Amino acid sequence: MADTARPVVQARGIVKVFGQHRALDSVDFEVRAGEVHALLGENGAGKSTLIKILTGAYQPDGGEVLLDGAPVQFTDPLHAQSHGIGTVYQEVNLLPNRSVAENLFLGHQPTRFGIVQRKQIYAQARELLATYGLEIDVKAELGSYSVAVQQIVAIARAVMLSGKVLVLDEPTASLDHNEVKKMFEVVERLKARGLGIIFITHFLDQVFAISDRITILRNGQLVGTKDLNQVSATDVVRMMLGKDLAFHQQVVGAAESVQGPKQVEFKSMGRAGRVAPFSLSLHEGEVVGVAGLLGSGRTEMARLMFGVDPADSGEVTVGGKSVSIRNPAQAVAAGFGFCPEDRKLDGIFADLSVRENIIIALQAKLGWFRALNHDEQIEVAGRYAEALDIRAANHDMPVKLLSGGNQQKVILARWLAIDPSFLILDEPTRGIDVGAHAEIVRTINRLREEGLALLVISSELDEVVAYSNRVVVMRDRAMVAELHGADIAPSVIVAAIAENTAATGGTA
Amino acid sequence: MNRALRPLVATTAIFILAYMAAILQFPNMLSTRVIGNLLTDNAFLGIAAVGMTFVIISGGIDLSVGAVIGFTTVLNAILIMWVGLHPFAAFAISLIIAAAFGAVMGAAIHYLKVPAFIVTLAGMFLARGGASVLSPDSIGIKHDLYTSISKSYILLPGGGRLTIIAMIMLAVFAAGIILAHRTRFGSYVYALGGNETSAALMGVPVARTTILIYTLSSTLAGLAGIVFSLYTSAGYSLSALGVELDAIAAVVIGGTLLTGGYGFVAGTFIGVMLQGLVQTYIVFDGTLSSWWTKIVIGALLFMFILLQRLVFSASTPTRNVFWKT
Repeated sequence: MADTARPVVQARGIVKVFGQHRALDSVDFEVRAGEVHALLGENGAGKSTLIKILTGAYQPDGGEVLLDGAPVQFTDPLHAQSHGIGTVYQEVNLLPNRSVAENLFLGHQPTRFGIVQRKQIYAQARELLATYGLEIDVKAELGSYSVAVQQIVAIARAVMLSGKVLVLDEPTASLDHNEVKKMFEVVERLKARGLGIIFITHFLDQVFAISDRITILRNGQLVGTKDLNQVSATDVVRMMLGKDLAFHQQVVGAAESVQGPKQVEFKSMGRAGRVAPFSLSLHEGEVVGVAGLLGSGRTEMARLMFGVDPADSGEVTVGGKSVSIRNPAQAVAAGFGFCPEDRKLDGIFADLSVRENIIIALQAKLGWFRALNHDEQIEVAGRYAEALDIRAANHDMPVKLLSGGNQQKVILARWLAIDPSFLILDEPTRGIDVGAHAEIVRTINRLREEGLALLVISSELDEVVAYSNRVVVMRDRAMVAELHGADIAPSVIVAAIAENTAATGGTA
Repeated sequence: MNRALRPLVATTAIFILAYMAAILQFPNMLSTRVIGNLLTDNAFLGIAAVGMTFVIISGGIDLSVGAVIGFTTVLNAILIMWVGLHPFAAFAISLIIAAAFGAVMGAAIHYLKVPAFIVTLAGMFLARGGASVLSPDSIGIKHDLYTSISKSYILLPGGGRLTIIAMIMLAVFAAGIILAHRTRFGSYVYALGGNETSAALMGVPVARTTILIYTLSSTLAGLAGIVFSLYTSAGYSLSALGVELDAIAAVVIGGTLLTGGYGFVAGTFIGVMLQGLVQTYIVFDGTLSSWWTKIVIGALLFMFILLQRLVFSASTPTRNVFWKT
């Protein structure tokens, strides 16, 4: 079986450095012919970096990639494809405006005297898709079919042009239950044909349904490669989230600290298809941690609270008064602040200076007619930069030149400047180096002591435990548990996250 | 029906209806003479519009077309009348210069990542300015070849004349249709217009295709300039002013999506003919200002952009799929 099969692609000691951040630190990985190998890890764990190195989109800074035992250096994904490694991405990278057949054969159409032989292409396309169990009108626009069909067309093209290894990068993210089943049938067929399949997903039940082996990455490091029948869902969650649970140091104070009066209350807030209705209240001087895997609805919950996505049910009260939060401007007016998950995309104005990044929310709150003058700007930025210990040569340098940890603190400073009563932090320690983690945690603790109500979403269980008075657990887009006091421990959180998965994992 | 076909069908229906309405009012418009003149008078516009179709399908725009036509007429006139070259030699030189001009614009668009609008706007000023520097005045072309070409035609039943320049335009359209729909280059053009990132990931040679698209457009603009100089027997730096906009209008009225990815070369032909029909109607009427052409074209253009919005923004119908188990 898979154990004896030869490895098709191997990565040995791969290192990839972006700036000062080690995205991958001597990671080993291999795929054998005829196996489905799941690659797991939270955002920022290094999954996509590793895949990009295997498919030639990035060049490794250290280590080597071997194909059939021989070292290779791919210059780009097309080069990797011509050597047998094909990739299908989550967002289908085909041409919705062209026919199914043309999408399959673009660039490889059979021609006679330069004229494309259409009938031949249509016949070949029908034949090819039939081997995937798909009978469709291949002359129709690809865009007129569902995403599932487009994914299978993409797989068919990738396999036809490569043929050894197929990388599936979250192919099921936007498929419904039946479509996932069809997709898995296709994967099974390809596996039987002897392809090595790398499967990236954050749905654990799917991992258990189809994979032979799993490799787990965390913070750019290899946690381990296991045969799937040797591990339980709880083991997998622990490997993805926990550091070393046996070592977990008891954090003093957080859970027992004094709470003030109720600051914000969300009553049965929800949005169909995003987050099931949840109720949560936060007190002054309290940190509520949110734990859950990627895709569990944790970020969606934060976006709902801040009005980025309007809720379609529920109500919000701030300091006892009912408020309407339909957009971020209303949230800011109500005294909310939000540091989003992907700060490069949603949080930082990379080309603006540190000072401008700090004062921008305050200026937005003040409105058009009360511009902060230069001296006020310097004063405000200086005060918060000092309070949060933001290390920048000067406050006029573009914020993109700062390290990840300092960028994160700039966003924190931005929200602190508007003197918020409730602050939402989504993955505040993501993508910053380990030393800076402790500092962010210290900052969170200090803000709590100053009487702020905080909601902190994190994949780092040790950190959640370190600063939370309460922990809520998200799973399958719903709030499934609320942990207090002594229950706030990594092992309890892991059990709560894995509970359901273990049940379905057994039956799938 | 393929939704991309809908604007084309609409254009064709409007053309037929408009022609029938014109015939009801002026029965003389139903003759091969009118049709022959329609083809001859719009030959240069049609040739330029074929190139523009490729550019727009790929998601770009070429504002330099009219200026390249003007430049070519002047260059031709100078090479023939002042330098004394044979017209065929002058044609070859003009086409090579136009092709090189397009290739440079295409390379600038791709490698410098400058929007096509800006690059071809610069190209427009360069070509128009260059033409005026060569000769600010109109130069008449007198040559045996010019005389014999303007005298040669195929007599159509009913007394209409299919001139050489009309035949050149028809040939360009035929070649354009094959190039767009039946070659790999054509599929690359549609791929670029659909999604450039996907196209690159699928192995489309993006740089080469972009350069070739603008080379094609400029070369056809050069050919349109040669045809224009045959049509007017002159070279003038200010000729064909604004023809790029007429060409864009013809392309869009012909059912090509201005944002790229969808379109038909044959549709552009109907777009050109529709513009010619409006002009002919105004000539027959005799009392209307010729500026009414612009108003009618403007209204048509607006209508077609609305139509495309409706057709392409309506959610795509999902087709039934038969899964074999």
